[in-house]
Amino acid sequence: MIKKGAEASLYLETWHGRKVVLKKRLVKKYRVPELDREIRIQRTRHEPSIIHKAKEAGVPTPIIYMIDLASSMIVMEFVEGKRLKEVLDHLPSEERRRLCRYVGILVGRLHKSGIIHGDLTTSNMILTPEGRIVFIDFGLSEQSFELENRGVDLHLMKRALLSTHFKHAEECFESIINGYMEVMGEETEEVLNKVKEIEKRGRYVSKR
Amino acid sequence: MKDGYCLGIESTADDFGVGIVSFEGEVLVNVNDTYTPEKGGIHPREAARHHARVAGKVLAEAFRKSGIKPKELSVIAFSQGPGLGPCLRTGATAARALASYLDLPLIGVNHCVAHIEIGKLINKAEDPVTLYVSGGNTIVAAFEARRYRVFGETLDIAAGNCIDVFAREAGLESDRGLPLGRIVEERAAKGENFIHLPYTVKGMDLSFSGLLTAAITLLKKGKYRIEDICFSFQETIFSMLTEVTERALAHTEKKEVLLTGGVGSNNRLKEMLRIMAEEHDATFHSVPKEYALDNGAMIAWVGVLSYKHGLTVPVEKSFVKLKWRLDEVEVPWVDEKDVD
Repeated sequence: MIKKGAEASLYLETWHGRKVVLKKRLVKKYRVPELDREIRIQRTRHEPSIIHKAKEAGVPTPIIYMIDLASSMIVMEFVEGKRLKEVLDHLPSEERRRLCRYVGILVGRLHKSGIIHGDLTTSNMILTPEGRIVFIDFGLSEQSFELENRGVDLHLMKRALLSTHFKHAEECFESIINGYMEVMGEETEEVLNKVKEIEKRGRYVSKR
Repeated sequence: MKDGYCLGIESTADDFGVGIVSFEGEVLVNVNDTYTPEKGGIHPREAARHHARVAGKVLAEAFRKSGIKPKELSVIAFSQGPGLGPCLRTGATAARALASYLDLPLIGVNHCVAHIEIGKLINKAEDPVTLYVSGGNTIVAAFEARRYRVFGETLDIAAGNCIDVFAREAGLESDRGLPLGRIVEERAAKGENFIHLPYTVKGMDLSFSGLLTAAITLLKKGKYRIEDICFSFQETIFSMLTEVTERALAHTEKKEVLLTGGVGSNNRLKEMLRIMAEEHDATFHSVPKEYALDNGAMIAWVGVLSYKHGLTVPVEKSFVKLKWRLDEVEVPWVDEKDVD
């Protein structure tokens, strides 16, 4: 096992001579079987299809080799590299900005194509040795062109930066938005206004 | 620091509570008086009137039951926010009056921080991921770099509010005195058939409004047993809460889970979180009702912690903060060395 996530375990295996990741959605004993099965099957079916759409949008994602609904399992490419979460804080400022800008471009491409990642954290981005960033874990993603969903997606990204990379959160988010703007153009402002609105909506914000 | 006592006043919503806690963390007294509306939810102004009416009585009761005399106190704390304006102001006024009269330092306490800290104190927990879920709040938080960071929260209404509104729509108000959540819990325990309802988790954040609308629609259809609707409704909400807490636990790699707030007294929710925590080799802590609901002792305890770090507030700057976020507050008493 390489990672025990909240909803799935990832196993590193060799599959027909290839290094692969098995993503197996786990039975959660805490929820009733009806709901549990529904959530697992729905997410197992959904994730590969949206990963494919992300590729079409020009966002690097792992190759899907096989899905098995009965055991809620996906067999996909093992992406070599490091999680952005682990490297981001230790980079020189300029390099950090460059990478964040790149992340912003990728998020912009997703949104432009109607894909909402749903869990934009730096744990879900892999920096490959060639310097590419691969987005993983589309388990909570959805298809939508709605401003609201785009706003929530960016809000979550910002939140993740604040909780995980608080020292550089502002700098990172700014660079992400610069990249995002390259793809989304004028729409960016609308999305950012939405982010502000969502932040205010959270019940307890001091600056209204 | 020499021995001393802090008196804490809680008044963010429908409870007016007073607690006295020693500098060592011993709760000497924790008393309150709850405003019960004739019908429907909390009316802020009416609740504040109630608080003003009972303040003297509750304070007197606290002194009498603890055996502490006013002049033995070292510091006065009050819940400064977040909460309902009129209610907060009533508690703040009482606290300012006491502090001025007794010439004691005053401390403004964040209500959400207080819920976490009293839960930690009662359970001897060190560094938990906290799920604080009540009628006004739904927050998943954990300590990280000087503050309790919010890892997830509701994007619209609080889970407790969602349950209360549903219960009123279902006409479950009849058994007066019992909290609505309890009635839903009892009905849910008799449910057998699970009905699909919207399950909305976005990253680590939650949304309950669509679920509430769908559940009310089910009620109005009249096709399903109320027990089955309560069961499905509760299972869906609690699965969402547990999933988000689990995500925060996996993300932070902490080893404790703390459940607090009014909804935290639900046995099914406790059971789900316990199972989840065990799967991650984490310890599950729940908080007894007396300390899980809004109470004065939690305010007094954070008053003690704050006082030891010199975080007093002059009366003229002790405005209440209606929208004071948990993650705006630095908590210097949490030792960085003790946590990840």
